[in-house]
Amino acid sequence: MKKDLLGIDDLTSDEIYLVLETAEAMREIGQRPIKKVPTLRGKTVVNLFYEPSTRTRTSFEIAEKRLSADTLNIAVASSSVLKGETLADTALNIEAMAPDMIVIRHASSGACHLLARICRSRIINAGDGMHEHPTQALLDAFTIRQHKTRIEGLKVAIVGDLLHSRVLRSNALLLTKLGAEVWASGPPTLVPRGLDLLGVRVTTSIDEAVAGADVVMMLRIQQERMQGGFVPSLREYFNVFGLTVERARLARPDVIIMHPGPMNRGVEIASEVADGPYSVILEQVANGVAVRMAVLYLLAGGVQHEEAA
Amino acid sequence: MSVVMDADRIGRTLTRIAHEIVERNRGIEELALVGIRTRGVPLARRIASTIRDIHGYEVPTGALDITLYRDDLMRQPVASQPVIHRTEIPFSIDDKRILLVDDVLYTGRTIRAALDALIEFGRPKSIQLVVLVDRGHRELPIKADYVGKNLPTSSSESVQVHLAEIDGRDEVEIRE
Amino acid sequence: MKRLLRGGRVVDPANSRDGAFDVLIDGDRIARIGRDLPVDAATRVVEIPRGLILCPGLIDMHVHLREPGQEHKETIATGTAAAVAGGFTAVACMPNTDPVNDNAGVTEYIRNKAEEAGLARVYPIGAVSRGQKGEQLADIAELRAAGCVAVSDDGRPVATALLMRRALEYTRMFDMPVIEHCEEQTLKGDGVAHEGVSAAALGLRGIPGEAESIMALRDISLAELTGGRVHIAHMSARQTLDAVRYGKSRGARVTCEVTPHHFVLTDERLGTPVPYDTNAKMNPPLREASDVQALLIGLVDGSVDAIASDHAPHHYDEKHVEFDVAPFGITGLETSVSLCVDRLVHTGVLPIVRLVELLSVNPARILRIPGGALSEGAPADITVLAPDLAVVVSAASMRSRSRNTPFDGWLLRGGVAATFVGGRPVFVNREVLDFGPTSD
Repeated sequence: MKKDLLGIDDLTSDEIYLVLETAEAMREIGQRPIKKVPTLRGKTVVNLFYEPSTRTRTSFEIAEKRLSADTLNIAVASSSVLKGETLADTALNIEAMAPDMIVIRHASSGACHLLARICRSRIINAGDGMHEHPTQALLDAFTIRQHKTRIEGLKVAIVGDLLHSRVLRSNALLLTKLGAEVWASGPPTLVPRGLDLLGVRVTTSIDEAVAGADVVMMLRIQQERMQGGFVPSLREYFNVFGLTVERARLARPDVIIMHPGPMNRGVEIASEVADGPYSVILEQVANGVAVRMAVLYLLAGGVQHEEAA
Repeated sequence: MSVVMDADRIGRTLTRIAHEIVERNRGIEELALVGIRTRGVPLARRIASTIRDIHGYEVPTGALDITLYRDDLMRQPVASQPVIHRTEIPFSIDDKRILLVDDVLYTGRTIRAALDALIEFGRPKSIQLVVLVDRGHRELPIKADYVGKNLPTSSSESVQVHLAEIDGRDEVEIRE
Repeated sequence: MKRLLRGGRVVDPANSRDGAFDVLIDGDRIARIGRDLPVDAATRVVEIPRGLILCPGLIDMHVHLREPGQEHKETIATGTAAAVAGGFTAVACMPNTDPVNDNAGVTEYIRNKAEEAGLARVYPIGAVSRGQKGEQLADIAELRAAGCVAVSDDGRPVATALLMRRALEYTRMFDMPVIEHCEEQTLKGDGVAHEGVSAAALGLRGIPGEAESIMALRDISLAELTGGRVHIAHMSARQTLDAVRYGKSRGARVTCEVTPHHFVLTDERLGTPVPYDTNAKMNPPLREASDVQALLIGLVDGSVDAIASDHAPHHYDEKHVEFDVAPFGITGLETSVSLCVDRLVHTGVLPIVRLVELLSVNPARILRIPGGALSEGAPADITVLAPDLAVVVSAASMRSRSRNTPFDGWLLRGGVAATFVGGRPVFVNREVLDFGPTSD
């Protein structure tokens, strides 16, 4: 695998399967009484989160600690511009203390690419702006495989704010790479131009997307979208695009319901569906740790701070 | 390249080892076999099977992947990581007499890693080591309790164990 | 001092000249153009190598010189040095300096600095509104008297239709164009890239072409209403070109310019070779192939009047940030000619004579400034082009203070051999043309 994990875009399907297989082995560690292996002992991982996130950061932190790495959390409350120090400078300063890996989440698409260009540490993208969230797509794929054994040939519906969603982009890339049929659905105001060129079927009808689906993945819709004039109200959004019990019935009887979290109950998804028997939302969270352990392990190979031979 | 143990020989050796284990361990109910991946696992299963045939008792058997405990990980400047597989020990190892099983004992580092891994699972009463082949050149103070065959080798040679469950045939060979 | 430029091909469409002619410079003027001109002892002769072209000095009618106020990016001295290295004998500089050029004081400051540098001529463009705030008109007559040749609120559009109307009416007195940065600001929003496939794949907020064309239509309608002159700056979208054609067909006094990067690059440049390269970020953004195609057609059929670089230098530190946060703009003075010759002339899109119209004749006409022709008695502003010169673009060797160009490392065919301003050879590429010491 390459030095960094910046996006699903850079992974071959073989590499994706390698991550998923490795995660399978990592999952077992979370079931032991002592949930630790010494693999990354003495290695330092910096979690550089410019956007607030409890779920993803905690997941990475647990993954790092289970591998015995030393972790360091840097939560940057405001943007680099407000702070006065550029992202590049912050990264170089951290780099000077020789971390082995930097996990970064940032509000700007491409921020992790900038870091990868200037840092020798391995860079893991924990979400860059509207661009990609590769570990989310990997844990989603892992979860799907647990239930459906394969990804090829599945109909996967992804519904919500497609325009602003990095989860959509990463999932669309991964699932199409592995041969699934991806349907993306959302209000026309939130569909990016050219989305169909990523290999995805686009529809503004959630019913069409969900009908006969093996997997339904709901995306979060944010309050701010009303200010931007993207949707008139969250109430209307739920009526037209929310995953209600009736809509969920349009999918296959063995459908699994997913959500990257955090959920807006009653906005994109009805509580009964989120808490119902088809929901695998909490499993996604649990799988996140195993998948992130796998990514950390696979990227850590040959971690030295000298130049490679 | 020469064959030092053929299928017949391997079969008889494993049977002998199974008998030795039973002889030396009072209280067969305390025993558990843990095979070190990859080829230690089918060896462990075969030993368990032989013990079942002799005594009608099913010794619990597990599989241990020691990759994450290796001391040579991440020491090469550019290396892709070795592939890891699941560890499956579906029983408690507390107070058990564990029999660690591997195909070849060489430097002893694999066994060291296996001991580290095993300790995470609990506190066994004792750990004994079973190997099919001991080829010498120990780098750590590790000794096998049960040895199928002692095979003096030079460091330039390599010992390959093939087992039917994985390689389609039973054979131990030495290569230059 | 007399200098004879002998043996070159003179391309001078304004005087319908295209062929082998000698050019005699006397002092700061063009004395004669003809064949087999007599030479006396006082005349220095420069033999122009075969293949080189002499044309009226090129004029870049849209540059940002950054002085006063942002000298870390560029100064008038470094900017005019870049200009002459790029083959330009004159530039028109935009008023979005600090302080804004909305009064005679700043205009005079700029002109003085340009004279001090003694390289390219600088024609200041004044602001349309005070402080470029879009509220009140600036003192345009004062700006005119101080030497401004046009007005613009570039960086932004003129804030309201009413203000644009007034500006067009007012500038009619002086026959000055209002140069407009066409952008409907609510449609542009916080966009950073062209709204299309690349932005979708890279997760960047998009700016549709209509954000530009809607404003162009507003301005063209107002030009028609008022009889004033509007010049559309850095046109990038095919929809805008359609609007220009529409306006011209109705007799509106509209002209337009295109930058080289808008007909050489598409939004694909955002993803490769360097993903999120801030040196591919400018406003208006790089657009898609159909826009590039449309602009090329416009360059050929005459709908596009001029090529201008929109030279926008930014300091390395300012560009070495996340894409969203980086300022818009790239340099252009030192890449413009090579890109034009390589991508327009050598590809057969248009002949060199048309290029001279786009880079010299028309800018002079639009701004109503001297130049655009090699006429006897006119100031000796002459560009000597080397159309077959192999050029490797090197940001590190540029005379501009800033390095923000997406063309670093590009191999192009076509460059500048020498630039004469008022008879003085202010730039000479000694690998192509050597005529002894130039200090005179």
